Order: sequence, then C-alpha cells, then structure tokens
Amino acid sequence: MLSEDMIEDVVFKLLKRASTSSPPDVVRALNEAYEREDEPVPKMQLKAILKNIEVAQENSLPLCQDTGVHIFFVKGNLKLIPYFKGFEDAIKRGVMKATEEVPLRPNAVHPITRKNPGNNIGVRMPYINYIPTDDPWIEIIAFPKGAGSENMSFMSMLTPSQGLKGIKEFIIESVIKSGGKPCTPTVIGVGIGGTSDIAMHIAKEALLRPIGDRHPEKDIAELEEELLKAINEIGIGPMGLGGKTTVLDVHIEYAYCHTASLPVAVNTQCWTGRRARARIYEDGRIEEMEG
Amino acid sequence: MVEYRLKTPLSEEDVRKLNVGDIVYLDGIIYTGRDEVHIHAIELAKEGKSPPVDFKDMVLFHCGPVMKKDENGEWHVIAAGPTTSSRMNSLEPEFIERFGVRAIIGKGGMSKPTVDAMKKHGAVYLAMTGGAAALAANAFKKVHGVEWLEFGMPEAIWILEAENLGPLVVGIDAHGNSLYEDVEEKVRKNEKKVREILGI
Repeated sequence: MLSEDMIEDVVFKLLKRASTSSPPDVVRALNEAYEREDEPVPKMQLKAILKNIEVAQENSLPLCQDTGVHIFFVKGNLKLIPYFKGFEDAIKRGVMKATEEVPLRPNAVHPITRKNPGNNIGVRMPYINYIPTDDPWIEIIAFPKGAGSENMSFMSMLTPSQGLKGIKEFIIESVIKSGGKPCTPTVIGVGIGGTSDIAMHIAKEALLRPIGDRHPEKDIAELEEELLKAINEIGIGPMGLGGKTTVLDVHIEYAYCHTASLPVAVNTQCWTGRRARARIYEDGRIEEMEG
Repeated sequence: MVEYRLKTPLSEEDVRKLNVGDIVYLDGIIYTGRDEVHIHAIELAKEGKSPPVDFKDMVLFHCGPVMKKDENGEWHVIAAGPTTSSRMNSLEPEFIERFGVRAIIGKGGMSKPTVDAMKKHGAVYLAMTGGAAALAANAFKKVHGVEWLEFGMPEAIWILEAENLGPLVVGIDAHGNSLYEDVEEKVRKNEKKVREILGI
C-alpha cells in the first residue's frame, strides 16, 4: 500500500533531483555537442553549461533560477493508489516542501490577477497526468517546466492536403521563430494528429523520452533523424549565438486524427532536460530511475 | 576575440574597446533589474525623482534570482541566471539614456533601438549562458542589499558583489554591432539548405 508520507517524500526527492541535476543522457549529449562545435563562442556556451551542471550537482543548487511550474506524470497500475484526493494532496505537500527547502522559485501565479501564493500551489497546479498500465508499480515522473522554453510552444491545425511537407514546414518555422530564446540546445517534442489538445499533450509527452531514443515505428524514427539533422544545419546554436548545435534531439509522437484535420504541435525543452522518475512497488519498495 | 577582466563601475573607455564576440569577466557591484525595475525607475525619473540606486557607469543584470535569508537575516544567492532580455526591449533605450548604465547582462539579445542606444551612449550587452544559474550564483560572493523587494523576489533590485563573473560574450558592442543580427542573417541563408534537405 502506498502511504501519503511516502508519496510526499518521493515527490520532494524527485523535484530536488530534477532541479539540481541534468539526466545522464542529456549530459552525454551536451558533452558530444561540446566536442562537435569548433567555433569559440558556441564551445564556450556549452562549456559554461557543463560546468554549471557540475556546480549545481556538487552544491545541490538549482541548475537554473527558473525552476519551472510543476507537471507530473503518474504511470502504472493506478489501482495501487488507494485514494486520489490523498495522493494528490501528498504531491502538493512534496511540491511545497521542495519550494521551501531546495529552494525552488515560487513561479505559480493566478493567470489574471498574477497573485503569487508563494508555494507553487494553485488551481490545477501542480498538474498531474495519469497514464494507466498493467505494470506492477506506479511510476512518478517530475517534469518541472521553465517559461523560457514553454513560451516557445506552437500549435497549428493544418489541412490534410498540407501533409508531411506542411508538418516539416511548421516545425522548421517554429524552431526559427524560437531562436535562442528557449535556451538552446533544446529538445523538440512534436505531436502530430489527434485533436488540438491531444497534439500538444503528446508533444509534451515526447519530451519525456531520453535523448537518442527513437520512435518504435521505422518511418517516424527516420523522420526524427531527418529533422534532427536538418535543424542543426540552421545555425542558431547554443543560446542563439550561432553554432552547429541548435537541438539535442527531436522526438515525435502521433495519434490518429479526423479525416478532415491535421493538427501539429511543437513543445520545447531547454538544455537542462529536467526530469526525474521513481517507481514505487506494491510492497512499498522505491526504485529511483535514471533519467 | 579578446578576453577582458573588468571591474565595475565601468568607464566609457572600458566599454568602447569591446567588440562583439569578445569575452568579459566581471568583478564588483552589479544590480539586478528586470520588467518592474525598468517600469518604475523610468516612472520616477519622469517625476524628477531618482531610483534607489545610481545606475551611472554600472552593470544591470536582467535576472530574477532565487535568494534565501539565513538565521542572521543575511541574504544569499541560490540561483541567478539571466532572464530573456527581449521583454525589456521597449524600455531599454530610455533606461540607458536616462541612467547611463554601461553594461547589461542578459540572454537572447535585444532589438535595434537598444543597439542604437548602446552605440550613442557607450554601453554594451553581455550575453550570459541562459540557465547557468549555479555558475552565476557561485560568482556572487556577497549580497550588499536589496531595494524594491515589495515587487517580489525576482523583480527587486539586488545589489550583488561579483567575483570573476563569466564568461560573458559581448553580444552587442558600443559600435552598433550585434552578434544576434549576424546569427539571424546566417540563419536566413541556411534556411534554404535546410529546406532542401527536408524537400520543402
């Protein structure tokens, strides 16, 4: 049985890890990017990024002062959650504790009055996504999202006749419009199909995949590779100061859509690649997962 | 590309010698200020009053830091990376002209009117690596005080003492050059090639 104290503690630890360290796949990709760049300016940006990750981890300090708003994915056997109200309250307490103790910047405000309660808690925030599976565990994924990258989100209802060409066009336009603002090198999440909300939702879900992970379907995997290669020819570079590395990866998810529509969405993650996950088993065993 | 280590306050000569792509490390007092600081400082100046700190020859850091007060009431910098400077585009030329700030630290660059104001009044834009907040926090050795904390932690003026803050890339120099405009130009050229690769 999952106790509420256990959930609160897991959430606190996940937020601390997500805010103060980058996942190993992201660090690996940033190191490779550093090796690949040959001009002094982009090389220096990547060096500062890698050094920053080192300093943050050593001192348990946030990687970035924008510690994000708090998005969670809860995946697994949802029957292990005895009481959803209690479960969500425990997640909120974990967020409050992390805000106080890591500390995290209080970012969550009322969208109209802009009033800031100071604890990152408010209506529908933290936002929790549930993905039910038949696995013998519950996986909690902390996915704090900074505004720099989230503000560079784009969605369009293409016409079916625009097809794959239109999709590629929209992605390239979004990347060019974003420039260095989302703190490049970024990871691009693309959602194709579904409805407008589904497209953006799966674009965000795509960002949960580790760098280098390819879509299980060959055609989509090839499209990911093609876009990755093409985008890095654009020359925006780390922090928009020019260079060979504009993105670390491109992840695509798709859903079947109405015969009369073609939604496409782009969601971006900054170079920190902040995410952390842990699995909780039925017997109360907790497994901290890498990346 | 030349590397400089400069100490605040900066003279006009200090900043006029810098060119885009040069690297700067900074020592001395630096003021944070973003949206609210720009709005209120300019409002006060219009009423003939002065903001609580004198920005003349000083460095303004576009940053909303995470700060923490210890048991003795002393403030410490927890995380202090740059915020997106383009939000201040509409107010920066006037801010530079009125207050004589010599350098602005931020990320993402600023628009043409700021580039022009920097050329006219002798100021530069220093690009700090976005998100590198732990690195920056490490370079701030002391917090000398805070003004306008009533606007909230990220929007206040934090008076910070830097030691070897950097590397900062000169993104806009005092001669009308902008690294961001150069990159935009290159991106426009590269876009053709990218479209070819993608068959669009």
